[in-house]
This record gives sequence, structure tokens and C-alpha cells, in this order.
Amino acid sequence: MSTAVEVTGEQPDSVAAVATQRYYRRFAPIERVMHALLMLTFVGCALTGMPLLFSDQAWAAALARLVGGFETTTLIHHLCAVVMITVFVAHVIRLCYRALESGNALGMLWGQDSMVPQPQDIVDIWLHFKWFVGKGPRPQFGRWTYWEKFDYWAVFWGMFIIGGSGLLLWFPVFFANFLPGWMFNIATLVHGEEALLAVGFIFTFHFFNGHLRPEKFPMDTVIFSGVIPEHELVDERPVEYARLVREGRLEAIAAPAPARGALLFGWVVGGTALALGVLTVVLILYSLVLWRPRGGRGLFAAVGRSPFPAGPPGRVGPRSSTRLATMT
Amino acid sequence: MVHLSRLFLLCILGCGGLLLALPAAAAAPAGNDTCLMCHADKDARNGQGQPIAVDPARFKASVHGEMQLTCVMCHADVADGKVPHADKLKPVDCKGCHEKAVAEYRGTVHGKARADGRTLAASCTDCHGTHDIRRAKDPASPTNHVNLEATCSKCHGSDAYVEKAKLPGGNVGRQYHDSVHGKLLAGKGPERQMGPECTDCHGTHDIRAKDDPQSRVHRARVPETCGSCHDAIRAQFTGGQHGKLRQQGMTGAPGCNDCHSAHDIQRHDLPRFQLEAIKQCGNCHQDFIATYRDTFHGKVTNLGYTQVATCAACHGAHEMLPASDPASKVSAGNRLKTCQACHADASASFASWDPHANKHDRARSPLYYWAARFMEVLLIGVFGFFGIHTVFWFYRSLRVRLAAGRPHGEKR
Repeated sequence: MSTAVEVTGEQPDSVAAVATQRYYRRFAPIERVMHALLMLTFVGCALTGMPLLFSDQAWAAALARLVGGFETTTLIHHLCAVVMITVFVAHVIRLCYRALESGNALGMLWGQDSMVPQPQDIVDIWLHFKWFVGKGPRPQFGRWTYWEKFDYWAVFWGMFIIGGSGLLLWFPVFFANFLPGWMFNIATLVHGEEALLAVGFIFTFHFFNGHLRPEKFPMDTVIFSGVIPEHELVDERPVEYARLVREGRLEAIAAPAPARGALLFGWVVGGTALALGVLTVVLILYSLVLWRPRGGRGLFAAVGRSPFPAGPPGRVGPRSSTRLATMT
Repeated sequence: MVHLSRLFLLCILGCGGLLLALPAAAAAPAGNDTCLMCHADKDARNGQGQPIAVDPARFKASVHGEMQLTCVMCHADVADGKVPHADKLKPVDCKGCHEKAVAEYRGTVHGKARADGRTLAASCTDCHGTHDIRRAKDPASPTNHVNLEATCSKCHGSDAYVEKAKLPGGNVGRQYHDSVHGKLLAGKGPERQMGPECTDCHGTHDIRAKDDPQSRVHRARVPETCGSCHDAIRAQFTGGQHGKLRQQGMTGAPGCNDCHSAHDIQRHDLPRFQLEAIKQCGNCHQDFIATYRDTFHGKVTNLGYTQVATCAACHGAHEMLPASDPASKVSAGNRLKTCQACHADASASFASWDPHANKHDRARSPLYYWAARFMEVLLIGVFGFFGIHTVFWFYRSLRVRLAAGRPHGEKR
């Protein structure tokens, strides 16, 4: 496929050409809303959950206090989780509806429009690495690249693992009516580890792949505006562009320039999420580098020392030090 | 003892002074009037310019004044009747009357330090005062129950003095003042009399260093000392595992102060104490604090909140016993009831959760162990692959961009 199209040199480049840029629709409004909700609830869960995972770190206690203490972080975590799970369920319902409505369920499961990994994705990974090391041209991607599919399925898998274990931990008494006790041990483990994976992945690789790499820096607004400039479609997804041209569908998805509101939301809210995410990753890396065995070993073990760190200096009594001078 | 006939002579010599002296001086025992001729003057100073004033009223109000003792009974080297007396008098020796108390004092940590030449250590007058000594039951006495904190804190509550005299334990006066005992003592009501002060634990003329086996605060004797007030707790402690180990001669087993501290004792229902107590448990039970910190309970308390189970919530505080003991709160028979203290509707299955599952212990927690290994492989795999992927991509993109030098020039 990487040799099929030869259009990469033709896109307009001058400022004037960009100003009169044509745009094509890539994401439907409902998909943009879902991404925005996912983004906000994900950051919400991360900021209220990471303190627990790194509870032995000073920043964790500070962050939990900043957000409002244990009750508030728990409440925010649960609220975000409910919204996130709702978005996920809505997405699955929408998939079923679309499959039934279009009568083309197979096309959703296989082919260029499918999120299901294709043999071509394996080839693309190989070609991409060859390009990384300068041993070949940049591969020609279609509608969905392999890393975008990984993002999608990572969320799908994460919803079951984190969402499922999270519900177990939220309602342990109820779930223990039909689940053995060790399930809750494992739920605690995988909820934290999978969350670390998700947070670590989204706040580094997803950010880099989607926004921060030099071609996109500092942000790709397509997920907020829903539209992609023609030159990006041609340059980054030449296979898709060629298919749209070949099938005569290109004009049908022509769209107006990005709405100001959508762009503003992307820059402000998306940018804030980006910043908070990067901050979280910095804190995690800091903790992993400075990791100490847990258990507070030897913290106050010295014999004779008060187990309590010195509190605020208190009064020592009204008569203190009045007659020190005579005590020789 | 002073020869009374000489004293009488002094009295006569002092008669002239009687007229000149202050009205208060007139009330002083007649034998002291000669002394007060000079010493009653508030601005009186000796040859070196040091104040030598004695307030006759304060002396009269003191226990010695009340007993109508005369100055020369203590300042015995003035008793030869020569006035003015020698410029430098000998230090007063209380042993003349208080033989038993002084002998006891010699064995205390203060007395021993003095005997070693460390003159910063407290002597009789540092606690009792000089001309104004009062009975301990007198509320105005520095050795009265309500004043002893301030008296001991003159040295043990002064940072400067603690440093100068290298006092053990640091500023224990401040720690005590902020403790539950100190707060009782600082109260206004009748609870004030219940708040133990320094001597209630350390003794008075038998204060000894904590490494002295005779000391009331020696490791082996601490439960006995605390138990003199907290007798119900002492009974619980004696029946608990720590108490049992101590009875078997293991004084290394925790006593009261290992969990509660010595001076900075806090209420057991305060978060500050509860959070620190967890760490104290972890000092010895290191495997269990590590696995506790893997649980939700352990993480929440680690963040500084105590709405969840602490060690004592499940194991009990003073009465804790190993799980193998049927009487233990965490024994197979009692475990569910212990969970239900917080999780009211907990089932037997709920209680089969392992609060100390160890992800490194395949024998204790096999499924948990393998789940942990799986997550490790998953995390290392994903981060490893995408780490390499991103580093390479960044490198290539940067090179392409630098070579092209234009915003959308992504071609090689």
C-alpha cells in the first residue's frame, strides 16, 4: 500500500494556500463530545486516583489535600467514573445501532473503516520503524493508523479492567455476595497497575502521537473541531485520501473551517488536560526514580526518640527560664 | 544547729535595727532582725555588686518562716555572731534537717550528675526555691502538682538549656505540654488535679535515668508506672501478645511508650496518633506494614486520613493476639465480626479477603502473585514498545523537520 499513491508533494504549502484551505470531516459531533467527556473524566480520575497509588509520596498527600481531602477525592473519582462508564456504554450502543442501521456490520469488523487491527497494520509498524532508522520511505497510512487503533483498544480493555475492578472496590460488600475474597485483592492490584498503565500511556504516548510530535506540536485540534485540513489528509493519510477520491466521496465530507468555539475549547480545555497530564507524568517519574521500600522502616526507630515529629512549638509554662542565671 | 545563747546575743545587737526596719521586717522572727538590717533593703548588694536582698514577707510565708526558723540555721557559717559576716558564705546544706531526702537525691540522675561535677544539674533549691520554700501541697509552691511542669520545664523545657546541659530526650517540656497529660494539667476544672505531671512518672527524690533498672521509667517498669493510673489498660496489655512476651522476659517487646511515646502522648482518637501508631507497628512488623500499604486501607491512612481501618481497628490495641489464638480479633472465628464493625453487611466471603496478601509470596497468595507478574509484563511490554517507538519517531521527525525547514515538510 505504501507504493500505491504518490500525492505527498502536491499539497499547497504557501501561507495564502493555507488561508484558503479546504477541510474535510473526520469526527462526528457526538464523537467529539465523547472524546471531550472521556478526556475530562480521565483527567479527573487520574488526579484523584494517583495520590492513592503513590500514597507514600509527599506530593500525593499534598494533591489529595488540594483537591479537598479523602471524601472529596473519592466523590470526584466516583463521579468521573460514572460519566466515563456511561460514555463507554453509549459508545457500544451506538456501535450496535450503526451496525444494524448500515446493514454492514462486517465493514465495521474488517477493512479500512474498521478499528479492528488488519494485516496491513503489522506491515505499517515494520515500515514505520524502517523509516525511523532511515531505511525506507514514510509508510502511507489509511483512515486509522495502528497507534490510533492501539489507543482505541487500550481504552476498550481498560474500561473492563479498571471499570470492572473499580466497581468491585466501590461496592465490595455487594459483590462479595457472589465473588470470593481474593478477587478484591486482585481488583486492588489491577485497578492501580492498569490505571498507572493508562495514565502513563495517555499522558505520554497518546499525547506524543496525537499532539506533541514535531509534525503536530503543540496540538492537533481535529478531535475538537472534527475537521482535518486537506493538506494533512493528503500528507498523513494518503491511502484514505486516494480511496475517498477513487470512490467519489471526498466532496461529500467537505466541511467548513473549524468553528471558533471548538478550537477555543481545544486550546483551553484540551491544553489544560495536556498540561495536567504532563505534570502527572512528571510526578510519577519523580516517584519511581525516588522509590523507597514501603513500611516506614526505621523512621522513628532510634531508641529514646519521640515517635512524633516535633509539633508546633508550644508554651513551656509561665515560669520558664526565669531563674536560669542562678542555676550554676 | 545554732547555739541559742549566741542567737539571743545577736537579737539584742539587732534591737536598734528594729526601729529602722520596714513594718514587714518587724513581723519576722526576732532572731532574723539583725540580718534584715542589711538584707531587707531591696537594693542591697554585696562587695561584688550582686543583689543580696531577702524579702522578709516571702520568707515569713515560706514553710521555714512559718516554723520560725532563723537565717543562721541554714546559713550556719554566720553563726559566730560577727556582723558584718564574711563576704562569701558556704552553700547551704539542707542535709542538716532533710537527711533522708538528701540521701535519696544523691542516688538520682540529678544527684549523680552533681557528684560528677556537672553543676548545671538541679539541686534542692532549683526545684524548691530558697527563702520562699513552701510545702508541696501549697498551691503557690513550685513543687505543687500544678506547678511542677513549669518547675521542671525551667531546664527540660528550654531549648537553650537543653542544648547547654545536653539533656536527654531534648525539649521534653514542650512535648509534655502538648500531650494529653499536659493538656489535662493546663485545664481549668477539677481535671487539673488528674493530669499527671513529671514526678508522677519520674518520681521526686528518686528520679533516675531510664537506663537505670531502679528507674520508674526503665523499659521493664514502664507498664507498671503507666498502670498505676491506667490499671484497666494494663490488665488488657498484660493479656495481649506484647504483654505476654514481656512476661516471658522479652523486654524488647513493646511497652506503653513504644507506641504512645514518652512525653508527647496524644489522645488515641486523634488522627495524628492513629497515623503514627501505624508506623510504630511497621517498625517491627515490616512485612505486614508493606502489605497493608498495598491495600486501600493502607493507602488512605498513608495519605493522612483515618476514616479507614488502621492496624488497631482489626487487631485491637492493647489486647492484640496472634490470629492463631481463638481469642484474637482476627482469628478465623472472629474475623467476620471484626470486618462487620465497619462493613455492617459483610459476608463470610467478604471476610475471606486477605488484608495482608503479598504479591511476592506465591505460597500465601498464588493468584495475586500471578496477577502481579502479569501486570508487570503488561506494563513493561507496553511502555517498552512505545518508549522505543516514540524515541525513534521523535528522532526521525526532528531530522525531517530540520532538513526541510518548513512547517509541513514531512517528506524525507
